[in-house]
Amino acid sequence: MSGNGTGIGASVKRKEDTRFLTGRGRYTDDINLPGQLYGYILRSGMAHAKIGTVHTDAAKAAPGVHAVFAGKDMEGVGGIPTGWLIHSKDGSPMVEPPHPALALGKVRYVGDCVAIVVAETADQARAAANLIDVEREELPAVASIKAAEADGAPQVFDEAPGNVCYDWEVGDKAATDAAFEAADHVVSIDVVNNRLIPNAIEPRAAIANYDPATGEYTLYTTSQNPHLTRLLLGAFVLGLPEHKLRIVAPDVGGGFGSKIPHYAEEAILTWTAGQLGRPVKWTCDRIDAFKSDTHGRDHISTARLALDADGKFLGLHVSTKCNLGAYLSTFATCVPTYLYGILFAGPYTTPAVYCEVKSFFTNTVPVDALRGAGRPEATYLLERLVDKAASELGMDRVEIRRQNFIREFPYQTPVALQYDQGDYDATLDLALEASDWDGFEARRAESAARGKLRGIGISTFIEACGIAPSAVVGSLGARAGLYESGSVRVHPTGSVSVFTGTHSHGQGHETTFAQIVSDMLGVDFDAVDVVHGDSAKIPFGMGTYGSRSLAVGGTAIYLAVEKVIEKGKKIAAHLLEASVEDIEFENGSFTVAGTDRSKSLGEVALTAYVPHNYPEGLEPGLEETAFYDPLNFTFPAGTHVAEVEVDPETGEVDLVAVTGSDDVGRIINPMIVAGQLHGGLAHGIGQALMEECVYQDDGQLETGSYMNYTMPRAADLPSFSINHNTTLCTHNPLGAKGVGEVGSIGVPPAVINAVIDALRPLGVHDMSMPATSQRVWQAIQQAQG
Amino acid sequence: MDEAVAALGGGAKLIAGGQSLLPVMKLNLAAPTDLVSLAGVPGLADIADGGDSVTVGAMCTHTQVAGSGIVQARIPALAAMADGIGDAQVRNAGTIGGSVAHNDPAADYPAACVALGATIVTDRREIHADHFFQGMFMTPLEDDEVITAVRFPVPERAAYAKFANPASKYAVAGVMVAKRGTGVRVAVTGASGDGVFRVTEMEEALEDSFSAEAVAGIGVSSHELLSDTAANAEYRAHLVTVMAKRAVEACG
Repeated sequence: MSGNGTGIGASVKRKEDTRFLTGRGRYTDDINLPGQLYGYILRSGMAHAKIGTVHTDAAKAAPGVHAVFAGKDMEGVGGIPTGWLIHSKDGSPMVEPPHPALALGKVRYVGDCVAIVVAETADQARAAANLIDVEREELPAVASIKAAEADGAPQVFDEAPGNVCYDWEVGDKAATDAAFEAADHVVSIDVVNNRLIPNAIEPRAAIANYDPATGEYTLYTTSQNPHLTRLLLGAFVLGLPEHKLRIVAPDVGGGFGSKIPHYAEEAILTWTAGQLGRPVKWTCDRIDAFKSDTHGRDHISTARLALDADGKFLGLHVSTKCNLGAYLSTFATCVPTYLYGILFAGPYTTPAVYCEVKSFFTNTVPVDALRGAGRPEATYLLERLVDKAASELGMDRVEIRRQNFIREFPYQTPVALQYDQGDYDATLDLALEASDWDGFEARRAESAARGKLRGIGISTFIEACGIAPSAVVGSLGARAGLYESGSVRVHPTGSVSVFTGTHSHGQGHETTFAQIVSDMLGVDFDAVDVVHGDSAKIPFGMGTYGSRSLAVGGTAIYLAVEKVIEKGKKIAAHLLEASVEDIEFENGSFTVAGTDRSKSLGEVALTAYVPHNYPEGLEPGLEETAFYDPLNFTFPAGTHVAEVEVDPETGEVDLVAVTGSDDVGRIINPMIVAGQLHGGLAHGIGQALMEECVYQDDGQLETGSYMNYTMPRAADLPSFSINHNTTLCTHNPLGAKGVGEVGSIGVPPAVINAVIDALRPLGVHDMSMPATSQRVWQAIQQAQG
Repeated sequence: MDEAVAALGGGAKLIAGGQSLLPVMKLNLAAPTDLVSLAGVPGLADIADGGDSVTVGAMCTHTQVAGSGIVQARIPALAAMADGIGDAQVRNAGTIGGSVAHNDPAADYPAACVALGATIVTDRREIHADHFFQGMFMTPLEDDEVITAVRFPVPERAAYAKFANPASKYAVAGVMVAKRGTGVRVAVTGASGDGVFRVTEMEEALEDSFSAEAVAGIGVSSHELLSDTAANAEYRAHLVTVMAKRAVEACG
């Protein structure tokens, strides 16, 4: 690795930004096919209802309308599948009810797909949808975990008694119970993890086409993982072989997890295009996005921490109930289990940990991964509980953490994970210094002089990224592998195309991966282009989520480059009349060791494609593919510090400082890493202070637009202090860990701990997310009687 | 103007900046047959200093009012209020005439109009603010009547304090306090579903003693206030008092 001006470690400006910033991005809605029609999805306005005949004659007769399809028309087409089978404590498989793409018999949430209208224009399709008459009988709905678990609650599915999907556990219950018996102190906490709406800036869209000449279907769609969508849509829903189904996820404007799932609309569009033999395009509007993009989080938990007299953690017991929504979205079932329960060791040596999770169906939008997916939920609970323990035991918040840190690696946790590397003390020290933790009391006094309450909060956390290896996740119920692919094609004159199975929807892969390849091959950064998102171009890949792209996808590319170099050495050895073992590759040149005899990569590439003078038995061409299945998760870790100022009169929380001290492993492009951290922090701060999806008891989505769903704005955020303490991942050659979710995992408990710290002098000891001004004001009123 | 008025009636609706009407149409809550735009009607976007009053043309955008030298010099509270409406995009498109005609119970302008004792000028008459804001989305305007300007008397002192909904930036509780001669007016927007209202108890207290302390102890009944995800009625009532206090403080 040469470390040149555009290589690994350089803050290269992003290749993709030229087209994004000049309006030349090509998003799904920018794509138009000859002869295309427009689809409009009629959605349920009721949360729970029996539906009878869907009368479509008037709509079919409306101007410009080509077709209207409802559930009965699609009967017999496969339902939307889910990607992970969870088993309950008793060994029984989870309840996995059918999910017809167009509702059949019943609608189960406001937003459920009822019919598609296809017309010459989008306006005609929308207008005609108003003419559809759905016979329906409204049923009582369950819109929350509490409602779902109540005695005699309405049933979302007959096959799921009590609305329970599964009742899962991880960890050693007996050992944990024993730890509590031996404890000097037990600290308990109840927390709610608020439900969130992802709000990617680009709403979902799709355009499907069927070519009767080739029998091939093409679906352009806003996906984080085109091959996964192809697998689910082709094999499970429509029964199409892979070679007749091409999925293209072009430029995608943000996903945050909400563009992982295979959605009903993708199946409806593709099927409809096949029925009509014409391309059909659908673009979701923002109002429909609120009620049809998968939501995130929505947990209620109670937890207990056992400690000895010195504040050493002995055991942790977590009971969580979670809301899965009305149907099982693609990764809905693993997010609150295998991405949650196994995080509860955190950075601490707690010897006994037990976590049980009961998941419920409700008449709400399906819940799936959202930036962090399970790990923010675990981190929030643990870091709130640790703070509470410090408070109840009269210990220093920093010292209780430090006293329990893991310091020896590899470290086997009691909940399955084995951490390979980390230095939590150094990361913590860096955060304390960068946040001027010791100078806080002076700042508190200064705020008090202005009538404001100042507080500081901390969270120390680990996360698990790049979920793997495939064999292990398979044994835990995953219905897919979690490897990644990369292909490197050196063209005859030395420029390079890189094909990755990951997908970039804001992460800057086109730049980061080009930096790796240009650095390793010694070619110009501008001579390397990265191709992603088209199943007809790229090798089978699993896509982008869970901060996996660099650690898993980047490694696949790294390994493919190594293969290219290996082959290049054979060609160079032949040209230089030397033995392969004597060839060294550096800065783009193959050199006979100890001599000045060398061949450039370009010369070797040209020889590979014009093999007139060529090693016997070696295949022509210079193109290699690698599939990389990681040996383990990666474990980014960090300390986040938040500082707030509360206006006691209005309850407003002003976030005045946020400090991140993060170990994300090897950094390829510091500017992109900073961008990922900034975005993640904004997301986490949104959850902590602003964002809350609210359903009314009857299942109507109350926060159905930006009128009352609060997203963080730039002006709501302070300048972030970003700091790095790097240890390298030990099991991938890049030493990369992952960064995309760090902020949303680490910062929410730091913010809430800061709010509680500010309010503690008034007698407030608890605060829920989001800490809105009303909630803070009410807590103050309550504490002051 | 005559052409615009003639085109109204039936299912046609007047459109100014579109910041209220278009969202309503997007939600399928309104489906006018025609939109009659005032953008081409001359003379509706002027701001004039009339000595003891300032007249703001109906098509003046919030940005224009906020940046007007006349408004800043004569009624700085009005300029500051306009500068705090919605976000930059809303302020660049939304107009005073559109806001007043829509009479959204959480809009800012109704509080300014009532507190300052403004007169709403239409193509056919003048209506005092006290008679104009008749409840949520209700005004005495006829279907084909067009607001041409709003005339604000210049106060001695005035200020507006708003607690904004963090999502929409509409007022959860917005209080305009204005003092002119011996009279004081306190007008509240955002807090009641019926729209802007005056708090006479606060007005009387301020007439006795124009100080923040005078209103600090005066609450409004939460009985008829709005309750939503951002603020329930009790919190809103509390915010009205806090905002009134802050508005008086800001009067200097």
